[in-house]
Amino acid sequence: MKFDAIKKLLSSKTVGIAGCGGLGSNCAVALARVGVGNIIVVDFDVIEKSNLNRQYYFYDQIGKKKSTTLKENINKINPEVNVIAIDKKLDSESITETFKDCNVIVEAFDKAETKQMLIETVLENFPDKAIVSGIGMAGWGDNSSIKTVQHNNLFICGDQKSEVSEDNPPLAPRVGVVANMQANKVLEILLRK
Amino acid sequence: MKIILNNREEIFKVDKLTIDELIKLKNFSFRLLVTKINGELVKKENRGNAIIVEGDTVAVIHMISGG
Repeated sequence: MKFDAIKKLLSSKTVGIAGCGGLGSNCAVALARVGVGNIIVVDFDVIEKSNLNRQYYFYDQIGKKKSTTLKENINKINPEVNVIAIDKKLDSESITETFKDCNVIVEAFDKAETKQMLIETVLENFPDKAIVSGIGMAGWGDNSSIKTVQHNNLFICGDQKSEVSEDNPPLAPRVGVVANMQANKVLEILLRK
Repeated sequence: MKIILNNREEIFKVDKLTIDELIKLKNFSFRLLVTKINGELVKKENRGNAIIVEGDTVAVIHMISGG
């Protein structure tokens, strides 16, 4: 398929991204570059200097809100993407309201508890929607352990074992691999229907 | 019984298991999990009576912090 045809197909699609951190910001940028028409980005957090080792923000954006700043960054790359930035901490009720019209949902939270909450909420309320989650991406090296695994409509990108900690921090290369793997899987889902 | 667990065929000596029993048997030690039987979510409070039988497809997914 030529890029123009791909762009045309993607322009009518909507992707919801829960979390604008290491996974969410990088995944959103990749999808914006290829021309996904509508991207919903949700995060309540503020950009900190320590985020810059992996998150798609710039030095002069420290202190600003992630959701609205990600929207700015996306539109600087591709002004045609309709970005809906939501500055909010999601719970199971707001998840269903926020993502109900999405073709695909990307799970890009950082805490295991909230990852579980999001995945379970989507599986229960939107059993027919694809959800692409990122699990296990800490540290460096070990490219070969990063994979995508499918369980019906739930896709998991990552090594499914490397937990983030002080001794095993999340870093741009490995986090970026997982985030882009998520974006690649989203593309596959959007382009196959 | 023969089941598919996390996309791999596995054989167990018993002919049924609850999800909680399976978790114990397999030593799935992470405290936060998402579990499914035949594509349907089984929440934590139901894992003690959700029964797996011959031919079922089961997913036990560890939630790991990072993202």
